[in-house]
Amino acid sequence: MLFTSFDFIIFITLLFVMYYTVPKKYQWKLLLAFSYIFYFIAGPKFLFYILLTTGSTYVSGIKIGKLYEDQSLYLKANKELSREEKKAFKAKVKKRAWKWILGCLLLNFGILFFIKYINFTIANINWFIDRLNDRETLSFIDIALPLGISFYTFQTMGYIIDVYRGKYPPEKNFGKLALFVSFFPQLIQGPISRFDDLAKTLFRENSFNYNEFSFGLQRILWGYFKKLVIADRILVAVQTLIGDTAMYDGAYVFVLMVFYTVQLYCDFTGGIDITIGIAQILGIKVQENFIRPAFSKNIAEFWRRWHISLGTWFKEYLFYPLSIWKPMLNFSRFARSKFGDSIGKKLPVFLSAFVVWFITGAWHGASWNFIVWGLLNYIFLMGSEELKPFYSWFHSKFDVQGTLGFKLFQIARTNLLVSSIRLLDCYRDVPGTFKMVGSFFTKNNFNIFVDGSLLEIGLTSADYWVITGGLLLVLVVALIGRKGSVRELMAAKPVIVRRTAFYLLIMSILIFGAYGVGYESSQFIYNQF
Amino acid sequence: MKTLLSILKDLHPEIDFETHEQLIDKGVLDSFDIVTIAAEIDNEYGVSIPADAIVPENFNSAKALYALIERLEEEE
Repeated sequence: MLFTSFDFIIFITLLFVMYYTVPKKYQWKLLLAFSYIFYFIAGPKFLFYILLTTGSTYVSGIKIGKLYEDQSLYLKANKELSREEKKAFKAKVKKRAWKWILGCLLLNFGILFFIKYINFTIANINWFIDRLNDRETLSFIDIALPLGISFYTFQTMGYIIDVYRGKYPPEKNFGKLALFVSFFPQLIQGPISRFDDLAKTLFRENSFNYNEFSFGLQRILWGYFKKLVIADRILVAVQTLIGDTAMYDGAYVFVLMVFYTVQLYCDFTGGIDITIGIAQILGIKVQENFIRPAFSKNIAEFWRRWHISLGTWFKEYLFYPLSIWKPMLNFSRFARSKFGDSIGKKLPVFLSAFVVWFITGAWHGASWNFIVWGLLNYIFLMGSEELKPFYSWFHSKFDVQGTLGFKLFQIARTNLLVSSIRLLDCYRDVPGTFKMVGSFFTKNNFNIFVDGSLLEIGLTSADYWVITGGLLLVLVVALIGRKGSVRELMAAKPVIVRRTAFYLLIMSILIFGAYGVGYESSQFIYNQF
Repeated sequence: MKTLLSILKDLHPEIDFETHEQLIDKGVLDSFDIVTIAAEIDNEYGVSIPADAIVPENFNSAKALYALIERLEEEE
């Protein structure tokens, strides 16, 4: 069920009415029922996977929790034990807990790997077999990707790692854990919530609050505005430019880069606005996933502001543990003795970051274009780390730091770098993408910007006006948002101003939204990940 | 404490680590710095910082970090 479909509006309205009508103690159960209905509509056979993930995580969590409870009781009852004895007992318990978590991680990441990457793996094996000549290649497996599997697997594995680390006790109610895993507004494209954060409001009894409802509704409408008025409108041109690479090369590649950036930004942030807004009208707080990423002054900052929940997940559950893993530190020590302190010191960071960005790329999709995209991010990040002495030297010579001009230069540079590597996402072919980028430098067709060619790629001049107007509004809202909540600012305005703004937003979605006879709204881009 | 301060100074000579109390909250230390510090502590003190101890409260000041090292030394 698409977020932008009429069915979904009915689904949400029905849930909303029932949520505030049923006795409050049944609210979370109703959410669970609606989440499973949502999932069932997406494909009944996918229920098996999400239930398997929920079940295995539930059992592992309970077992680990029991081990820790027993440990605590044993240590309380045996206070006379020496420090060494206590330490040995704790180590024994940790080892048993480790077996449970390892089994859970292997099973669930195994399912994700098998479903998402098996055909990619087969394709790569076949590539090697081909080179060995005349050998029989492996057949592909016909398997469909369950809705939101990358998102819910990561979210659930984050939960079990936290339980193993003793951050919080396991959820003992199977239904509540099932709701955490399947909460439908965030199932399609995240954010990847943390259990201790989401549980605070997901399971509580919520009373209708007009302010929360009003803010949530505004957030939903703002999301629809970005998705329907801007992203889905510009999508037509993006598809045209990707569809015929022989015709649309040279300067068109630059146009595609800009258009795709606009589409992805409005599609993804719009989708998250809808998710957060739906949760808010139900009194549930879902974490933010973006902090005005387009204003980032370097790539590291961009990744702290864009898809925050994924970045945080990788940082806490993969980057830190891997970087300070004993064998990694031993390797670093070995490298120090062989190549000196400066290289040895950096090795854990460089190696772990490589693994993280390789997997981040693969997380986005089972193909080399995503992996290369991840590794290019890695190169940019490590490059800027290595260039720090140069930056210091530059700023000691030229006093530009902090000036508006330099900040704008940094923002433009970051956006250019981030957008250019996203072309891999468009063409889905690594050599093909580099060829197309190369054509930008070799083919002189810059006259397309003035000869009306851009009116022949699926967008009329009216479309351009709508997109430009929409983007200006997005920019103004983002600029205002730097100083505080735009919705709170609006709430302080007189009723006439608020109502006018509200109706103008609805009308603009209805009038300028990209639909009409035969139009089918597109799925969110991040849904495919 | 002297060794820890020297590890920190190596990373950011411009910061007064003896008084700064918001190294994470103010973005002085990023994730790369944190990992480098953890590796250095392992090297100098022989203490492994577990991943779940990497939280702002433990890395916001040199004092907090030193307290973490002492805690871990006691546990080991």
